[in-house]
Amino acid sequence: MKKLKSIETRYMEDRSRFFHDLKNLDRRSFLKVSAAAMGAAVASGVIPSGSFQSVSVAQGNAASGGSAAFRFAYISDSHLYEKKINDRFVRSLLRAVEDVNNLDPQPDFVFYGGDLAQLGQPRELELGAQILKNVKAPMKMMVGEHDWYFDLGQKWRQMFGEPTYSWDHKGIHMVTLNSVVERDFWTRRGLTAMERMMTVAGLDNGVQSPFSVGEEQRQWLRKDLAAYADETPLIVFSHSPLYKLYKKWNFWTDDADEVQAILKRFKQVVVIHGHTHQLLTNRIGNIHFHGMLSTAWPWPYAPEGMPELTIEMNRPDPFNPNDGCGDGQVHVHADGLVDKVYNLWNRGPITVSKAYTASWGRQSVPPMPNRASY
Amino acid sequence: MRKISIVSQVGFVLLYIACVSMAAILAGCSKEVELATCDGTGRAMVAKNATGQALADGLMDQWKRDHPDRDWVTGEKERHELKPPADNSALLEGGQAQGHTYGQHDRRDLLVWARETEKFALEGSRIFHSSELLGSTVAVSCDMCHPHAANTHPETYPKFQTQLGRVVLLRDMINWCIEQPVRGKRLEPDDPAMRALEAYIMAQRSGTVMNYGKH
Repeated sequence: MKKLKSIETRYMEDRSRFFHDLKNLDRRSFLKVSAAAMGAAVASGVIPSGSFQSVSVAQGNAASGGSAAFRFAYISDSHLYEKKINDRFVRSLLRAVEDVNNLDPQPDFVFYGGDLAQLGQPRELELGAQILKNVKAPMKMMVGEHDWYFDLGQKWRQMFGEPTYSWDHKGIHMVTLNSVVERDFWTRRGLTAMERMMTVAGLDNGVQSPFSVGEEQRQWLRKDLAAYADETPLIVFSHSPLYKLYKKWNFWTDDADEVQAILKRFKQVVVIHGHTHQLLTNRIGNIHFHGMLSTAWPWPYAPEGMPELTIEMNRPDPFNPNDGCGDGQVHVHADGLVDKVYNLWNRGPITVSKAYTASWGRQSVPPMPNRASY
Repeated sequence: MRKISIVSQVGFVLLYIACVSMAAILAGCSKEVELATCDGTGRAMVAKNATGQALADGLMDQWKRDHPDRDWVTGEKERHELKPPADNSALLEGGQAQGHTYGQHDRRDLLVWARETEKFALEGSRIFHSSELLGSTVAVSCDMCHPHAANTHPETYPKFQTQLGRVVLLRDMINWCIEQPVRGKRLEPDDPAMRALEAYIMAQRSGTVMNYGKH
């Protein structure tokens, strides 16, 4: 007879397996990790589902606009250095992994939004992969510029496969793009691989080129979508926002108009993007855009060009290193529109609902910040 | 500005040639000859029979190799956009330059003021964007949270910093950041790096109304 186990037992088993897998970390880092996990458990009142307890409550309210067809979680922008250089970002990613593993029921998959590494170093990517192995749900990976510009994607491809791919999930067609393609600015300048990486790693570095998807991937996208009817709900993942927000920080995709034109014939399109490290909402025609939070640090809002639908998150408190950071979930409705949950660590989660973007911001307005940006 | 820098570089090369010409005369009979440069530390290899422009070019090339950061101002400005300093050209209108408090000044003076001020702020930009120059032990630099010095709000200081329970200046918050997220050593208030960081942060907030005490 199959032995029955309580939720608590299963949770504790998962937890011990999780820490067991971290054995490869050196002892000192391991102790730090344990201490951080203990702290998190205490802070959340030792509830297995942790900070997601309140999310499941929020899910039931009117703002969510009906029951979701399925749910996936996301983790993004961890910007890992090797742990001997900086273990803070490592601990943050571990916290996110614990968050998604504590979701009950488990999400259908966990999407990683890019910038796993800070400087595209093989050891950074390996460390990230090692930590993400502990995610219980299947992982889907997307590439960010910090992963790519040391070796132009060689290591990332070797570890995670091609960055451009699509799949079908419960009636939704999903597409992952590499939207961080830059024009060659390095050859003419005679930059080394590391100099090229450092240039791209600076958000405000004006020597790099704007991000784009590029003709090759646009061709691929046209071909990939050709078999799908206009009624098929689409979810597209891109590291940079697939629209033009603020060029100086590459909150921008240079050929966004061309990509949007390809997506135009579909009735429902949702774009989920990383890179901006903040609550960010936009809608252009049939396309609804949502940003992802970073586990490493929040970015300030762009000084100009903010989309009208965005309700900014509260200004982060620098005295709390995790404030403004987090992970989250996406509740996908049968029609393909989504409720986007921003699980801000140390704050209540914020849901930007399907009803909000579908009504152009007239209904289910998310909470306004009481500390606006400067 | 460019004109000034070209003039000074040409002058430098002429001085260089004067300094090394004696050494050239005394050199031996190999194809290249090693010259001692006038700064007393450098060495330059030039073709033995080089004269005139060829000699000057050879020396200039060596000087450039010895000073890879010679054009750091242009480089820093290209990498990290800086708001331009105030336009003072109105000072030259209507002959008012003659009786000005600063004494007589012309277009060249205005260029020097702008260039020097900008250079001061750009030195701050260089430090702001470098975990090494900040002395970070965890490879964190200011721009990782504050691209283009965004969200630094220097116009709000002095203010009561609730988390610290006291009134602080911009430099106190710079030091707080250096000690906490950056994990480096705090700077003295008159440290050249602190002065440069303050200059950069304030330059980037040019045009913002001062509003001390704002939360």
